[in-house]
Amino acid sequence: MSEDVEVRLTVNGDGYRVRVEPRKTLVDALREDCNLTGTHIGCEHGVCGACTVLVDDRAVRSCLMFAYQAEGTSIRTIEGLADADGTLHPVQAAFREAHGLQCGFCTPGFVMSIVALLDENGAPTPQEVREGLSGNLCRCTGYQTILEAVDIAAATLRATSLEATR
Amino acid sequence: MKCAPFRVELPSTVDEVVAALVEHGEDAKILAGGQSLIPMLAMRLARFDVLIDVHHVDGLASIQLDQNTIRIGSRVRQSEIERSDVIKRHLPVLAEATALIGHFQIRNRGTIGGSLVHADPAAEYPAVALALGATFEVTGPAGTRVIPAADFFLGYWTTALTDDEVLVAIHFPIPEGKRVGMTVKEVARRHGDFALAGAVASIGLDPSGAIVETAIALFSAADQPLRLTEMEAALTGHSPDSLDIPALSAAAAAGLAPGDDLHGSADFRRHLFRHLIADVAAEAITRAQEATNV
Ligand SMILES: Cc1cc2nc3c(=O)[nH]c(=O)nc-3n(C[C@H](O)[C@H](O)[C@H](O)COP(=O)(O)OP(=O)(O)OC[C@H]3O[C@@H](n4cnc5c(N)ncnc54)[C@H](O)[C@@H]3O)c2cc1C
Ligand code: FES
Ligand code: FES
Repeated sequence: MSEDVEVRLTVNGDGYRVRVEPRKTLVDALREDCNLTGTHIGCEHGVCGACTVLVDDRAVRSCLMFAYQAEGTSIRTIEGLADADGTLHPVQAAFREAHGLQCGFCTPGFVMSIVALLDENGAPTPQEVREGLSGNLCRCTGYQTILEAVDIAAATLRATSLEATR
Repeated sequence: MKCAPFRVELPSTVDEVVAALVEHGEDAKILAGGQSLIPMLAMRLARFDVLIDVHHVDGLASIQLDQNTIRIGSRVRQSEIERSDVIKRHLPVLAEATALIGHFQIRNRGTIGGSLVHADPAAEYPAVALALGATFEVTGPAGTRVIPAADFFLGYWTTALTDDEVLVAIHFPIPEGKRVGMTVKEVARRHGDFALAGAVASIGLDPSGAIVETAIALFSAADQPLRLTEMEAALTGHSPDSLDIPALSAAAAAGLAPGDDLHGSADFRRHLFRHLIADVAAEAITRAQEATNV
């Protein structure tokens, strides 16, 4: 009835060749077929943001996209942020510094949304940060420490890009 | 929360989309950005044997500026509209409305055509299309026809599109060389949530400063976007200074029968509309007075 399709995915620079049903969402393929379980599944219908990943540098909900639709794209997940030696990405480091997480369930989605947000706008206003994070839900922190983490990460990223241009 | 199994077709032309719709009838559905359809499939509110994915169809993803219109392909993503220089310059109200849709992650996939065909009564685009007098370019087995926005929206999630038709593009007239001001405003519990109440206004002035054209459309006010024809008639032909806009807005809002649910009572929504209508009318007039494209 619905035959499996072969899909080639590039995730964090690594190539994967998977056979999936057309109905398989990108998040399920990442977790089950690529064994990348860092991306979480919360609501499975687009409301919570836990499944946020970057597809060709744009943040999307990977539960609202089918795996076959990611054919030929370049995907970035939470596993692809830290350096090979374990050095955290500035957004991850900021979460640790500001205690931006408690249970950690929402964290991969928040971190990927923030990476996309700061990539587009290195100095967002508090209003822009709140709007940008409105699509991610957290049931633990009360959000304030996450907002603080965004400020810290933005400052770090600005400092690094300044250094790079010197 | 998993979709039921389906097969995918990936047509590359509009004619192939129509052929697939004709072949599969009610068993098939078009998949654009998926930001409304996939949740419905996941919750099993709907299931289809075949999804016709339009991502590889030629010619649906461009924004073209003609003399007096902007033609937007149905598959143009909401995030592209938000970023488009042509739209920011010639039709900024459409970019403003886009920023009110959901969250940026949703707009990165969701398309303008998907939103219009989905026709949620709380959605921004249908009301903007209605206020601006957009027209819908639709192709089916009998060829292409053009549907004015006023005839397109028929009720909750219902449009004039037949099962074998595909929305190809939307044409927005642009007010080049005229003193027209446009704006959109809404109230939502939280940024990104569907609006409890929303309003769009487009108001044109003649060289003397009198109002010569008025369009005010509401969303989340009824089962489809709504034009305020009586209030529009009361504004047109008058100088803005001679009008009591708050009183006209209160009268317009009193005549509404918006939804009454746990998100907001009908009375509360009427209260919001009363202020939103006055705000968009006043701001559209100010913008028309300040218009520099004349
Ligand atoms: C968390 C969340 C918040 C949201 N908030 C808002 C909001 O505040 N305001 C708002 O307006 N929307 C909101 N949306 C909905 C979003 O805007 C959707 O993207 C949009 O409604 C549908 O567009 P799509 O491209 O994703 O279409 P799809 O989901 O792919 O399709 C929607 C419907 O349109 C049909 N269709 C699509 N394209 C065509 C075509 N070319 N011809 C014929 N039929 C077609 C499909 O068959 C389907 O029936 C939200 C969605 C989510 C998940
Ligand atoms: S799991 Fe994708 S948005 Fe909740
Ligand atoms: S840290 Fe637990 S949900 Fe956010």
